[in-house]
Amino acid sequence: MKIRKNVAVSDSGFLFNPLTGDSFSVNPIGQTIISSFKENKPESEILENILEEYRVDKNTAEKDLNDFKRMLENYKLID
Amino acid sequence: MSKPKYTIAVTGLNAIDSPGPGLAVIRALKDSKSFDVRIIGLSYEALEPGIYMHDYVDKTYQVPYPSAGQEVLVERYKYINAIENIDFLFPNFDAELFNYIALKERLLNDLGIKMSLPTQEQFEARHKVNLYEYGKTHEIKVPFSQMIFSTAEIPGVAANIGYPLVIKGKFYDAKIAHTAEQAQSHFNKISAEWGLPVIVQEFVHGSEVNVCGIGDGEGVTLGAVPMRKLYITDKGKAWAGITLDDEKLMEITTDLVKNTMWNGPFELEFMKTDKDEYYLIEINPRFPAWCYLTVGAGQNQVEALVNHEMGMKVEPFENYEVGKMFIRYSHDMIVDIKEFEQISTVGEL
Repeated sequence: MKIRKNVAVSDSGFLFNPLTGDSFSVNPIGQTIISSFKENKPESEILENILEEYRVDKNTAEKDLNDFKRMLENYKLID
Repeated sequence: MSKPKYTIAVTGLNAIDSPGPGLAVIRALKDSKSFDVRIIGLSYEALEPGIYMHDYVDKTYQVPYPSAGQEVLVERYKYINAIENIDFLFPNFDAELFNYIALKERLLNDLGIKMSLPTQEQFEARHKVNLYEYGKTHEIKVPFSQMIFSTAEIPGVAANIGYPLVIKGKFYDAKIAHTAEQAQSHFNKISAEWGLPVIVQEFVHGSEVNVCGIGDGEGVTLGAVPMRKLYITDKGKAWAGITLDDEKLMEITTDLVKNTMWNGPFELEFMKTDKDEYYLIEINPRFPAWCYLTVGAGQNQVEALVNHEMGMKVEPFENYEVGKMFIRYSHDMIVDIKEFEQISTVGEL
């Protein structure tokens, strides 16, 4: 999954899509996921990091990650 | 090297909720780094706010309405020019452009007043009533539209394009109609205000994106900045907007300028669909009221246009700042009645 070029995420979690002019706020975990996608990390590694960092079972984390990916797709933030 | 000082006249001083572009053009002129400027405001009504904004407008003259005809307008300019010696004139209203295009050579040759305007053919071809054909000629998607002269024609067009549809005035105003009753009501309101014909246009769902730019008349885009409206008033005007990084939109714009040899300022209005298709819904042959955003984004297109028309070599802008926003605000001025009296009675302030 590739985040669209020029999509910028600031340290505060503010995300701006220069193609559409839309802006969003993401929480720290969303910020980490987007940064990981920008660094072309594989999804398995992202999931692993979430499981290490947060008290969550694998199924829930996987489902939430997929939901988040769909949201990124809907908002045209990925290529 | 000392900068030249130009006297530049500007119409469109109505800084209201559906603002004229005059004050934005003036702010851009005042920000010019290559010339100094004396601003002559040209007003139609005594309550246009720009008349009283003395930090922006040095002197204002009332001018006759477009319907008064070209000779009356020329006579008024002879009078104003004898006092002010105008170098350049920015007509900023769609409804007045026809007269100014017709008078372009005369104002230049007789009074030395320069303007940057499209040709009569360019002006007519992009007119709302001709835009559908224009799109076909230049291979740009344009929603189907048809001009009508009575409400009796609405069902026929609606059968073709379905509801919702858009009812538009020939110069200004556009309303979405979801039913035949709404379409009739919008037709009556718009035709009463702006006359006939009225345009019925296919509704395209999407977000509105606009481009403000300038063409050099030889196919080169001297500047272009795309913007998406972030906040829209009930009149459909942008109250806030943001510059975009949209390569496809820029490509459509430069192709259009190249194909049409567009001369002067323009605003292109598009609907961008969910499938990333761009439908051209309007071409305004003048600067829009939000044109000061282009200055904020690093392209003083107004300054560039003046320099181009003054015969200077102007290099096309190569970039602009993405994510630059404008947020409009309203502001109450306190004005002495003596000023209102002067513009109302003498026609000058």
